[in-house]
Amino acid sequence: MVDNHDIGLMAHLMRRAGFGAPREELERRAAKGYEATVQELIHPENSEPADEYALLRYQPAALLPGGMPPMGNVNWMFHMVNTQRPLEEKMALFWHHVFATGNSKVDNYDQLLAQIGMFRQRGMGNYRDLLVASAKDPAMIYWLDNNENHKDAVNENWGRELLELFSMGQGNYTEKDVREASRAFTGWTFSVKIPRLPYGRFPWAFEYVAEDHDDGEKEFLGHTGNFNGEDIIDIVVQQPACGRFVARHLYNFFVADEPQVPSWKITPSRDEAAVDALATTFQESGYDMQAVLTTLFTSDFFKEACFTKVKSPAELVVGTLRLVGGAEIPRPDYGREIALQPTYMGQDLLNPPSVEGWHTGKEWINSGSLMSRINFVADMVGSTDLPGVRDMIRRIRAKGSLDPEAFVNSCLDLMGPLQVGTDTRQELLEQAREGGRLAWDSADETEASVARVGEMLQLIVAMREYQFN
Amino acid sequence: MAEKREPVLVVLQLSGGNDYLNTVIPYANSLYWENRPAVSIPEDQIIPIDQALGFHPSMEALKPFYDAGDVAVMHGVGYANSPRSHFRSMDIWHTCEPDTVGTEGWLGRALRDIDPNKENVVTGVSFGPSMYRAMALPGVPVACVSGDLETYGMLPGIEGQRRQKVLERFKNAYAPAIGLGAVMDYMGQTGLDSMSGADILKEAPQRYQSSVTYPDSKVARKLRGVAQVHTADLGTRIFYLDHGSFDTHASQTGEHAKLWREVSEGVGAFFTDLREHAAADNVVMLIFTEFGRRVHDNGSGTDHGAGGVAFAIGGAVQGGMYGEYPSLKAEALTQGDLMPNQDFRGVYTTLLEDWLELDAPSIVGGTFESPAFIAKA
Repeated sequence: MVDNHDIGLMAHLMRRAGFGAPREELERRAAKGYEATVQELIHPENSEPADEYALLRYQPAALLPGGMPPMGNVNWMFHMVNTQRPLEEKMALFWHHVFATGNSKVDNYDQLLAQIGMFRQRGMGNYRDLLVASAKDPAMIYWLDNNENHKDAVNENWGRELLELFSMGQGNYTEKDVREASRAFTGWTFSVKIPRLPYGRFPWAFEYVAEDHDDGEKEFLGHTGNFNGEDIIDIVVQQPACGRFVARHLYNFFVADEPQVPSWKITPSRDEAAVDALATTFQESGYDMQAVLTTLFTSDFFKEACFTKVKSPAELVVGTLRLVGGAEIPRPDYGREIALQPTYMGQDLLNPPSVEGWHTGKEWINSGSLMSRINFVADMVGSTDLPGVRDMIRRIRAKGSLDPEAFVNSCLDLMGPLQVGTDTRQELLEQAREGGRLAWDSADETEASVARVGEMLQLIVAMREYQFN
Repeated sequence: MAEKREPVLVVLQLSGGNDYLNTVIPYANSLYWENRPAVSIPEDQIIPIDQALGFHPSMEALKPFYDAGDVAVMHGVGYANSPRSHFRSMDIWHTCEPDTVGTEGWLGRALRDIDPNKENVVTGVSFGPSMYRAMALPGVPVACVSGDLETYGMLPGIEGQRRQKVLERFKNAYAPAIGLGAVMDYMGQTGLDSMSGADILKEAPQRYQSSVTYPDSKVARKLRGVAQVHTADLGTRIFYLDHGSFDTHASQTGEHAKLWREVSEGVGAFFTDLREHAAADNVVMLIFTEFGRRVHDNGSGTDHGAGGVAFAIGGAVQGGMYGEYPSLKAEALTQGDLMPNQDFRGVYTTLLEDWLELDAPSIVGGTFESPAFIAKA
């Protein structure tokens, strides 16, 4: 028997491990059970991927968008809205937050989308393999100048960020380690078969240039040898700091907002025990992300963390679209109206401000972004002809005539279930009382009630509580 | 007008990297013609400024302002080690942090200093779909108008009197802005600021009347919005808007001409409008871009460069040329680009100190040589 607590917990899981789900899906999943759903989420191979042919039909330019927005954004938004593999897509977004690579420099959405595809494919696999794949990813190589990292002229950009931002964090290595790691990655570059001009872009491919690789002896984190890049990664993942670093990223993304990454060296996590638990699984499983995610989603610290994180713009936009429906097909205005919405709210996907990624949590909110967030979401839930909104109205109508309190409770329930504070509830009740009982007995009453539900949903999403995941 | 009105700064950002060489054209320099076999302006179309330099033909509408001594041309503006990345470069212009990734905008800091007690939530107004980092500083309210001023505000989709009621409830629910935890409190205050900013600004179009017709372009519509808010006397001190994209890697000639015609005609209409309202004297406009473009063209456009050109326009501006046009000689270029010879933070310093009367070093992060383009009263 599915009770409301199960639905609430399932809604929480789906918001965090995906982009939320409509009520029908929540009921279906809750009936299957929480643990079974976690297993389903970490095994995306059992569900179909998003249909790229639909993208090809409606937005052919989004398959190979070149350097110009918004087609890169259209491509990824289409995947996030349509995916039947929510955790796979959410992990791709997670790794994009961590391995932040931007079109501002790469100027090639084709390669950035290829990188996101790599995150989809490997994001729940072995972390060591993911690091190696990232080191060989052409967009990453260009973004962090490893194509300029030569045997006789070392460029430390990739080597440094590998240690600082992708694996261990500041304070766990020396400048010498940065230098030696960088030497080990000399000769890791990419090739382009045909020059870009005048015909456009051609695919980039990883290339190992043996004669440009410094094969000499290196000393790295206490190990000595003629290391190549993969050896460096093998040493890095064994470090306790690496497990803790990945664990803290996961905690920050899936559980609760942490301070921004540069301060992690000095500021402890808000839940050190949780980070320890994740780091322990990371080490014991041999860096298996499926195992770490299982620990995460089945832990009490996760289950108790409802509505404690500020939604990222991508989560807000995609979550709302999946709730209201109607954005599955990328119609002509998709870019401006849908795919660039996160950009307007401060998260230009595939184009993070720097390799440090976005500042998250409270920093998503300013007087401009908050208004964009509220207005976009209110427009969506106020469109009472959208399939998801129609479904919510149908469910409310099925309860018959409702007094104001039941009206508010029903709406909050369908919008989450969303928990709201006393003051917020008070205002929602005032709004409901103004129109009296919600009734459906005549055509006029029905029309008025549909409008009232739409307005109530708009007011609900305008409340602060809806900004939290 | 007996009372001295508060100085107002309007910043117009040319996004994408405006081509300096085809904006203020060194037409007397043979190196210009040698480097621009495909992307040059025919000599008979250039609007001459003097024996050496001329404006792009699309800048015709600005020429009278230049002739009247109201336009300062800042040559070779930029900073050392230009990264040639749009985002990074714009970020540096926005935050004055060339070495680290900054989060505080220079105008955000200026707004904090102008209105430290946050008495007016529309002290800063930006026109664009999202907040420009230049204006961003946590806790400093900035009204961000995306789209038209007429429909700007919270929940524009709800109509008429019902909207007033809903907004009232919004206000009540956001009002207990303390005691619900730091993030809820911050969001409460931000929501209230955002909404009251919209309430104040939406008055502006209603109070506004003008005989000036703005051309039909995005930038002109934004400039008209600036004029509406400015002439409504709402206490706004800093406006921000952008236009673009000036990222003309290919087919530059037509696109660049169109963009500059839109900018020039828009800015011309804007100042004409302000004069009609006797509201021009306390306005100075800065026009900047994140970088200039490559000296040698690529056959149909130009690639990302370094040193660029900036303009200051207004009655308080001491018109003319500031700084030297960087040398086009091959040995003087930096990776094929004009070497910046005037730090953008010096230009900011003049605007902050001589115009807005603020402490510049704390805002731009140091002391920089500042061109004296503001006429002393």
